Parts: sequence; C-alpha cells; structure tokens
Amino acid sequence: MQSNTSSKPAPHSSEKPDERIQRVPFWKKALSRPELGALAGTVLVLAFFIVAASGTGMFTPAGIVNFLEVAAQLGIIATAAALLMIGGEFDLSIGSMIGLAGILIAIPAVEYGWPLWAAILLAFSCAGLVGWINGNLVNKTGLPSFIVTLGFLFILRGLAIGISRLLTGRTQIGGIHEHMQGDWFAALFSGEVATGLFSWMAAQGWIATNFAGNPLVTGIPVSIVWWLGLTAVATWVLLCTPYGNWIFASGGDANAARNSGVPVRRVKISLFMFTAFSATIFACLQVMDTGSADTIRGLLKELEAIIAVVIGGALLTGGYGSAIGAALGALIFGLVQMGIFYTGVNTDWFQVFLGVMLLVAVLFNNFMRKKAMEAK
Amino acid sequence: MAKMQQLVEAAVASNPDGLIVSFTDEDALGRIVQKATNNGIPVITINSGGDVARKYGARLHVGQSEYEAGKQAAERMQEMGVKKAVCVNHEQGNQGLDQRCDGFLKGFDGNAEQLATTYDPTAIRNAVVAYLNEHKDVRGILTLGTLAAEPMLQAMREQGATDMFTLATFDLSPGILQALEKGDMDFAIDQQQYLQGYLPVMFLDQYAKHGLLPAGDVPTGPGFVTQENAAQVIKLSQQGIR
Repeated sequence: MQSNTSSKPAPHSSEKPDERIQRVPFWKKALSRPELGALAGTVLVLAFFIVAASGTGMFTPAGIVNFLEVAAQLGIIATAAALLMIGGEFDLSIGSMIGLAGILIAIPAVEYGWPLWAAILLAFSCAGLVGWINGNLVNKTGLPSFIVTLGFLFILRGLAIGISRLLTGRTQIGGIHEHMQGDWFAALFSGEVATGLFSWMAAQGWIATNFAGNPLVTGIPVSIVWWLGLTAVATWVLLCTPYGNWIFASGGDANAARNSGVPVRRVKISLFMFTAFSATIFACLQVMDTGSADTIRGLLKELEAIIAVVIGGALLTGGYGSAIGAALGALIFGLVQMGIFYTGVNTDWFQVFLGVMLLVAVLFNNFMRKKAMEAK
Repeated sequence: MAKMQQLVEAAVASNPDGLIVSFTDEDALGRIVQKATNNGIPVITINSGGDVARKYGARLHVGQSEYEAGKQAAERMQEMGVKKAVCVNHEQGNQGLDQRCDGFLKGFDGNAEQLATTYDPTAIRNAVVAYLNEHKDVRGILTLGTLAAEPMLQAMREQGATDMFTLATFDLSPGILQALEKGDMDFAIDQQQYLQGYLPVMFLDQYAKHGLLPAGDVPTGPGFVTQENAAQVIKLSQQGIR
C-alpha cells in the first residue's frame, strides 16, 4: 500500500500544514486502489449476466463452479503476469511455456515410466531455467521484454512440438490418469476439495441435480484453490514486504530504484521465473485434469493474461497495479467466456461478444477510476 | 501458407512427372496448380480442396468430402435414435471444420446446433456441460477433432453419462480409440489418410508408365470406426497405417 499511495498526486490545499502527514480517510484510500475499477467492471458484467441469463443455470452452484474454473486457470497466470507487469516487463512466452511444460510432464511419465512427481519437478526446473534466461536476456541486452519473450513464444512452442514429435511421433500424449494413482505431488494439482461438504449439501437437498442426474457440484476444483492462494500470496508480497516495494520501484523508475539500492536485476529475473512457474502450475492442473498433454495447449494465453491484468487496473508501463485486480480481471474473462452459452446468443458471434464485453469492462473500469481520482 | 506457396512453386519449377498437393487454399495455390497443368504436369490434389481443384486443371482428388462426412455422421446418429444433437466447433473459420459442421447440421435438418468454443480443453469441457444443462433434450454430441473430443469425453465420464448420449468425433487418437473399444464413444470418422498418401503415388506411377488414371475423384472417407473394429484399428495405428 505504501508505495501506491505515495505515488498518487496528493490533494493541493494550502490551508493544511503539511499534506504529506495528513491522514487520508479510509474510503479515499480505497477509491484510489487500482482494483477499484476492476471491481466496478465485475459488478457491471455480473449485472449484465444476471439479467441476460436469468432463469438459466448460470448462477446455480454448478454454473458458478463452471465459470470459476475457467477464471481460475487464467487467474493463476494473470497473477504472475500482474507482478511482472508492475515490475515493468512483459512475458509473451507464458502460453508456449504451458504447452512445453505439459509435454515435459507427459513424455517422461508416459513414455519413460518416470514417477509423475519427478516429471513435474523436471517441468518446474525447465520453467525456472526459461524464466532465468528471459530475465537475464532482458537485463543484459536492455532490449524490450516484449521482443525477447516474443522470441521465446516461438522457441518454446517449437520445442514442445519438436520434442514430442521426435520422441513419440505425435503432438498429443494421453494416458496420464493411469500414472496419477498414489502420487502425492500430482494430487496437489488434481481433483476437488471440500467434496464431503458438497455431498452433505446434496443430501440435504440444497443442490440440484444436473442433466445426468448427479449432484450439480461435487466439490471445489483444486484450480480455484490455487488461484485464490496465489492471489493472496501475491497481494501480501506486494503490499506487506520490502520485495513488494522493490517490484513497484523497479517498474516505476528502474534507474531511480537502482540508485536507491533496489536490486532491480534480481527482482526482474525472479519475476520472469515466477511467470514461467505459474505457466507450469497451469500446465500441471490441465494435464492432471484432462489426462493428456497437447503441444497446442496454452495458445494465446499470454494475451489473455495481459488482458486480465489490464482489466484489473494495472498500467502497461509498469509501476502500478494489483494482484487482486488481476484476479478480478480473470473473473470477468471467465464470466464472459462461459456466460455466452447461457444467453442464447448464436455462438458464431462468440468472439465478437467476448471482445465487446471485455472492452466495455475496461472502459467502465477506466471511467470509474477517473471518477474516483476526481472525487478527491 | 505463403511458405507452402513457395514450396509448391519450387516443386513446379523443377518440372516433375506429376504433382501431389494438399489443396488447402484456393487463392494461394490455384494459380500455381494452373501453371503446373498448363505445363503438362498431371496434378492430383489430396486431403482438402476437392470441390474446387478441378477449376485449375487438377486431374482428380483423393480425400474426404468434409461436408458429406458430416452429413453421414448426422444420418448415422439419427439411425441410432438421436433426435437432437450438437456439433462442437473448436476452430471456427477453419474451412474443413466448418464444412464438417455444416454437413452435420444439414443432415439433422434443423434439429442440431453448433457450439463454438476456443482451443482450451477446460473451456471446451465446461462449455459442453453448460450447453447440456441448458439444452436437456440434446442426446447426440459430435466433436470435429481430437482436440475437442477428449475434453468432451472427460465431461461425460465425470458425469457417468457416456451411455446417456450418442458420442461421435472426427479423427482418431489413442484416447479416442480406447473410448471406442470400451464403448464410451459410439463412432469416430476416419478419413483414412494413409490412403491419401498411398493412392495418388500409385496413380501417378501408372499414369507416367502407361497413361492410366481413374476417371473420377476417390473418396477415402468417411470410414467409420466403432466398437467392433476398434481393436483392429488400434493395432494398425501402432504401425502408422491408421
């Protein structure tokens, strides 16, 4: 919080003794937070669907889990992308990293009989290496991260295709479910939590049954837990630790930060490694969930992550933003992406619908934020 | 596409005895195929573009009519007792997939809808579940490729609903073959790509040696894979034939 409020222009009032030690009321502080706009956008989109999808199953427990799951997977990479963007850099290789990480998990496990935990560790190690290379290249060359990571967008996707074609002759590797039994590490990325609670609720008749006659919701998918957990940790790091301040400082003005002793290079390298790790978490969740890996997985996810972060109120130029905002951005994305199926709109218009809704959400965010700034 | 254009152009310039080309894009490849046939090079198109290749002088097409295959899938589903169905299109704008879906919708004569999704498996799975919860009378699901088939199968298995629906897909993968063998999936449509590679080479060989060539297009698909022949197909696919 500290670096945020200090970067805002303080109100100019000559009567007050010193504006810097003036106490800011809570509501004014809340209004100047970057996630405020995203919250307003979320409310707007929710309101739209409550009207447009009324009488459908969208806001039943099953419908909610349905769109939350889509939001959660995006939210996991959006959290990391938000930290990196606040730190002043982009990572366009996230989507390709998802594809590569999936292949790195599936091939050793399915083709070479590795235990899954070892394959997952291999994927995380490779991700760490990729993030480290990305960060170092950006630091050493001074090139925009946009270009460096765009190179890795192609390299990593190409590696995923090349490696899996070379070793298996295919681009899709299935049969992972058979390797998941009894693997404690893989269990972290699969299944549902609170299943007992939900079956109890179903037994009480609180949850309806679906088209197949099963209780609509059997538990909370683990991806949602990861999403909320990562968002909470990222928010804590940003607002309550020195490292969080370093991130804001590196993105705000790297030179000034360096001069005041912030290890800008190390901060950026660690942030690039975090985005690659988040892509690997995404890949683990999806591979364990679907039971297969595919070289095409994660296509365009880097852009979706950036969209979610920007909807969440972060600045593309760095130094400003929040993890909660990114989570709300991902939520809006999930709501819109799944919501169309309940509105009865012909799905030929799916992408138009998605684009228009996202644009409206961003415009509304922007409008609300401006209003909030004026309110001072 | 521009890369393929260059490669085909180079192939034509080397003045071969015959040209086999996958005619994926009329605008990009039409001119080059015309040039080849003008120079007396016999051209056989494979896999896609069968409906337009002749305009540019191609001798014949070896492949599957996607539209016809979609229509036959619809007919087969109706024979199995499906009244209403949905076609999951994971890549709108891909000509081949759109034709498959159009044929399917036509075959169902207004009783089927298209469900457009993205590539993402979680989004595909959740879209299918959301759609079925809203359309409780739909009993048949067709996916247009392996990418969408596996998430759809997963949704059905999670709900224990594989027997409740008639499930079908285009194209084969190990997971799909397994599902067919177990009876989770009802049929898969194979365009028998092995034949698309094998036959045109035979034809051109005959043409070069003796001037012999079949008079019409050769439809290599749809070949239907069901529970009965799944085991055999699994064996052949391990040898790379299917």
